[in-house]
Amino acid sequence: MSEPVLSVRDLEVAFATRRGSLKAVDRVSFDIGAGEVLGVVGESGAGKSLTGAAIIGLLEAPGRIVGGEVRLKGQRIDNLGPEEMRKVRGRRIGMVFQDPLTSLNPLYRIGNQIVETIRTHSPVTEAQARERAIALLQEAGIQGARARIDSYPHEFSGGMRQRVVLALALCAEPDLLIADEPTTALDVSIQAQIIQLLKRLCRERGTAVMLITHDMGVIAETADRVAVMYAGRIAEIGPVRDVVKAARHPYTKGLMGAIPTVEAHASRLVQIPGSMPRLTAIPRGCAFHPRCAHAFARCRAERPEGMAAGSSTVACWLVAENVAGVSA
Amino acid sequence: MMPAPLVEATNLSRVFDVSKPWLNRVIEREGKAYLKAVAGVSFAIGRRETLALVGESGSGKSTVARMVVGLLRPTAGAVTIDGIDMWAAARTAERQKLRRRLQMIFQDPYASLNPRWRVDHIIADPIRAFGLARDNAEIEHRVGELLKVVGLDPADGAKYPHEFSGGQRQRICIARALSSNPEFIVCDEPTSALDVSVQAQILNLMRDLQERLGLSYLFISHNLAVVRHMATRIGVMYLGRIVELATSAELFSGPRHPYTRLLMDALPDLAMSGRPRRPIEGEIPNPIRPPPGCAFHPRCPWAFEPCHVDMPQLAGPGTRQAACHAVAAGRI
Repeated sequence: MSEPVLSVRDLEVAFATRRGSLKAVDRVSFDIGAGEVLGVVGESGAGKSLTGAAIIGLLEAPGRIVGGEVRLKGQRIDNLGPEEMRKVRGRRIGMVFQDPLTSLNPLYRIGNQIVETIRTHSPVTEAQARERAIALLQEAGIQGARARIDSYPHEFSGGMRQRVVLALALCAEPDLLIADEPTTALDVSIQAQIIQLLKRLCRERGTAVMLITHDMGVIAETADRVAVMYAGRIAEIGPVRDVVKAARHPYTKGLMGAIPTVEAHASRLVQIPGSMPRLTAIPRGCAFHPRCAHAFARCRAERPEGMAAGSSTVACWLVAENVAGVSA
Repeated sequence: MMPAPLVEATNLSRVFDVSKPWLNRVIEREGKAYLKAVAGVSFAIGRRETLALVGESGSGKSTVARMVVGLLRPTAGAVTIDGIDMWAAARTAERQKLRRRLQMIFQDPYASLNPRWRVDHIIADPIRAFGLARDNAEIEHRVGELLKVVGLDPADGAKYPHEFSGGQRQRICIARALSSNPEFIVCDEPTSALDVSVQAQILNLMRDLQERLGLSYLFISHNLAVVRHMATRIGVMYLGRIVELATSAELFSGPRHPYTRLLMDALPDLAMSGRPRRPIEGEIPNPIRPPPGCAFHPRCPWAFEPCHVDMPQLAGPGTRQAACHAVAAGRI
């Protein structure tokens, strides 16, 4: 197998507080290959956005990486200094956030922002960069890009802004794109357009994508593989079809049953009792055990590591005990 | 004979004045600008029924909700509840009586609870306002009961809103809405701020309460899947109008209006059935200058001549109504 574009091993992010260190991301490991879309899904507070921020070196103090390593095409990037990291960002890792206005400067014309980014990362003239910006905007589905390149961000609608941000993120031809809830602020009809665009642009370029979202529907549409996060840990990671259609971790199962769907009309949704633990009170052993209907003694005492189950990796003692088939 | 509906909206319209200030209008030689947020919306909601209004941002669904509950005066049209006209019932006593019978649950459980009030105070407020209890002991008893109904502990009444999670806060909002023994609750995106597992808890709770207490809901949402789960009937809104109105089963087995069809195609395919899909082109037009004729025609793959000139009206066999020329002409 070829070397993955992004390789994360035992990543740990912690916040130092007066009452000690709180672990928000706890031994998270995964790989993303070229042209692959890895979906990272979880509920609020699962640590999915923090994982993304840790990879691109945008953790806000007091949060910091306290363990593990992040490799981009084999090169360690988690220990780079701020100046070196700044060069990696944008050039080798592109970013798309939920609110396109956080990525666009309202006082600059969008053309200038894209041209500036292109010229920062590659030795081209102003005119060449501008031509490339126009081509890129066109490719991102902005009609009449030549006429609209000198518009300000506020002159675009939400969906159009997200297209601009996508063009901006990809203009330096990065190896990896981190998209944090890129469609959450958009209406369904626009959301579908942006997902299609993201998939097409990244497939054509062979860009690896880490797609962070709370929306399983978006994952099912877009991702090749999916990592389900719970309380700062990966509960289950595997091919999207396996995880969506035949989840093995009890949390993933509950999550899938809780989503109302148009296809299957159930009279009641599956309810997971309780709520995600706070960082100050993560249970011993498996973080999910107080809410799990299948928990047994081992779950309360010992944290499960990822175990191979089919083509997925599942952090659940049921898999080890091989009773998953019985309870499923 | 059909029983009389509990809530009836007839020809509900609301126009907002979005003009620039007077001086700007004079200097820039511009006229006044109006935004038709809702235009000619009619529906009826029976007892124990849930009518859902679904649509994208700017479709006017929340404006309808606010008019129905009496927070916003309609520019034209009427809302009647059990035969009493909400806005004509001028005498405060009569309106007060009407108000007790309807309540509202809002989207953001962080913004809709006063952070300085204790939870029992919040829930007791409608009871006091409508004079539904004789003394404090009765209020206290009732508040404890309500907290149990929504799945919280009576002791939680002594806490403040910030001590609760989003889902628990939404339960408090529901308890407050229930405290005046309403018959009808307007829910404006009650779960869109919540995580899916919490959303499932709240949706299940709302359905249980409907069964137990015989409630009627007007349910506003942008999420078709949530709507399918909750509603008996569904109205699909686009740019201030209902473009399709049908029972939930009818709508999902065979949507008629092109917008509804495309909206369903745009839904993420969670079952991964690989069903064929057609994405919607373009975006919602500017509601200040909506396109002439059918507002959807610039995005509609089935549009033909009449769509460019004539505004289609809701029509259709029985309960399956669609406002579309192409459907009426049998072209789709």
